[in-house]
Amino acid sequence: MASVATTSPSVPRDHSRTVTLVLFAVLAAAFAASFLIGPAGISPGALFAGLLDGHGAAGVIAREIRLPRAALGVVVGAALGASGAALQGLFRNPLAEPGVTGVTSSAGLGAVIALYFGLAAESAVLLPAFAIAGALLSAGILYLLSRAGAGAMALVLAGVAIASLATALTALALSLAPNPYAMTEMVRWMMGSLQDRTALDLYFAAPLVAAGVLVLLSAARGLDALTLGEEAASSLGVNVASVRGRVVLGVALATGAATAAAGAVSFVGLVVPHVLRRFYGYRPARLIAPSALGGAALVTVADVAIRLVAPDGQLLLGVLTAMLGAPFFLWLILRLRRET
Amino acid sequence: MSGGGAVVFDAVAARYGVRAVLDGVTASFAPGAVTGIVGPNGAGKTTLLRVALGLMPASGGGVRVLDKPLAQWSREALARTVAYLPQGADAHWPLEARELVALGRMPHRPAFAPLSDADALAVEAALARADAAQFAARRMNELSAGERARVLFARALATGAPVLLADEPAAYLDAAHQLRLMDLLREEAARGTAVAVTLHDLSLASRHCDQVIVLSGGRVVAAGAPDAALSDAVLAEVFGIAVERTAGGAVVAQRRI
Repeated sequence: MASVATTSPSVPRDHSRTVTLVLFAVLAAAFAASFLIGPAGISPGALFAGLLDGHGAAGVIAREIRLPRAALGVVVGAALGASGAALQGLFRNPLAEPGVTGVTSSAGLGAVIALYFGLAAESAVLLPAFAIAGALLSAGILYLLSRAGAGAMALVLAGVAIASLATALTALALSLAPNPYAMTEMVRWMMGSLQDRTALDLYFAAPLVAAGVLVLLSAARGLDALTLGEEAASSLGVNVASVRGRVVLGVALATGAATAAAGAVSFVGLVVPHVLRRFYGYRPARLIAPSALGGAALVTVADVAIRLVAPDGQLLLGVLTAMLGAPFFLWLILRLRRET
Repeated sequence: MSGGGAVVFDAVAARYGVRAVLDGVTASFAPGAVTGIVGPNGAGKTTLLRVALGLMPASGGGVRVLDKPLAQWSREALARTVAYLPQGADAHWPLEARELVALGRMPHRPAFAPLSDADALAVEAALARADAAQFAARRMNELSAGERARVLFARALATGAPVLLADEPAAYLDAAHQLRLMDLLREEAARGTAVAVTLHDLSLASRHCDQVIVLSGGRVVAAGAPDAALSDAVLAEVFGIAVERTAGGAVVAQRRI
């Protein structure tokens, strides 16, 4: 029906294809840069040779450090972008986001508990499992509140409360940390970073994030119907409770796994869907996949940027995204207030 | 048998917690007619529609849709059969009007299927019938309240359901748009659809409905042709008002008694 869609002059032409291509190009460039840039200062040629044959220091760095780091950026960004788009669709509010709603900090708390009790060292499965459990718990609380009729603002405030509680409990775990090394490990991890990640982190995160994003995509049609409100969505044959449950589960899987791998990287899920919405036409279903792509591009670019700005690793990924994302969030609140 | 109504309520009771909202309601919505549901706030008008949609369970009695008990309908089949325009409906995202109307085709589309030619035709027809075709390509936030109401109405029409339930569709419209809306509902009924609409405006109900059901305290106080259902005695009892009437019997003005 392209002919119908382009007949009116009042709607700008559909730029979604161009935007998708640009996002892919940015992601590809950032991925390449992420692979090539690092403190070791190895030439691109040596890195590619190392990637192919796996020999020597270049081989180890290419296969064990650079490639997992670049790929994790993609996985983490995709998880956060898709989660943000789905949560905004579910709550019908552009302020919803895994970070704002406390899902990220709860996942962080789960992971810190796993670190604190030394469980993370017992088995590599336990850190992501605890992070996902934390995410599931907080997303579940939000879900129950929204079922009880809490408005969008109330949900955001509840998210703030959940995030504060999770942060406080995390701080408690830190101050009770058995030794300074454990404390440092938790703090660095909490701030969100892709530094020093291994291929193992990637192998755990990637399938869980993929599963989470698939669950979110399965709820997409229902999210479209929710544009009309819950009663109208039900009258269109949508099982609203199932849509909510899927979004909560999908966000918990994707964000939980991403947080387990990279720590707390906030605001990606807020900014990306909001910026892309105008190009993809405001339908929540159509926004999930592009937000995954956009999130992947944004996190990979940010991860390259921090290595260029501070090659010694003083600037962490989560710190950068919060520094850029928080003002954006405030600006968004002001704009929404003005509109209503 | 209540004359083969598209939706038939038989002694339906419903409650929110312990509070009874519907108490033995027997009524029907006839195909090809506009049935007006009037009554004071809290009379159970919206609840009656929600029970017919399966959004709320009846605690007693039975509801039949197209002669089949409500419980035997699948979610999807019911969505294709009964279209619903909720009270104060609005769009939460500024979709293009045409895209919004296409949501009404959801019950006909398998998951992840694109809009078929039949869907696209139904969308265009619904836009035309709701008098909204001229702003089909505009976004919802660029439209006035009256224009948005027409687009949302088109969304309900696009389903092509044999039963159309509308909850207070006239509430936020100016007088001209209210009359236009009632004309649209009448046109829809003329195509054979069973249209049921809750109304606060008694004058709209008496002039534009074929049948009127007067609810009060969850019970049917009167039902039938508008003149009979909205008799002076009923209006005095239910609303505590007196009315003046046109020569044809339609309600034109009201004063408290």
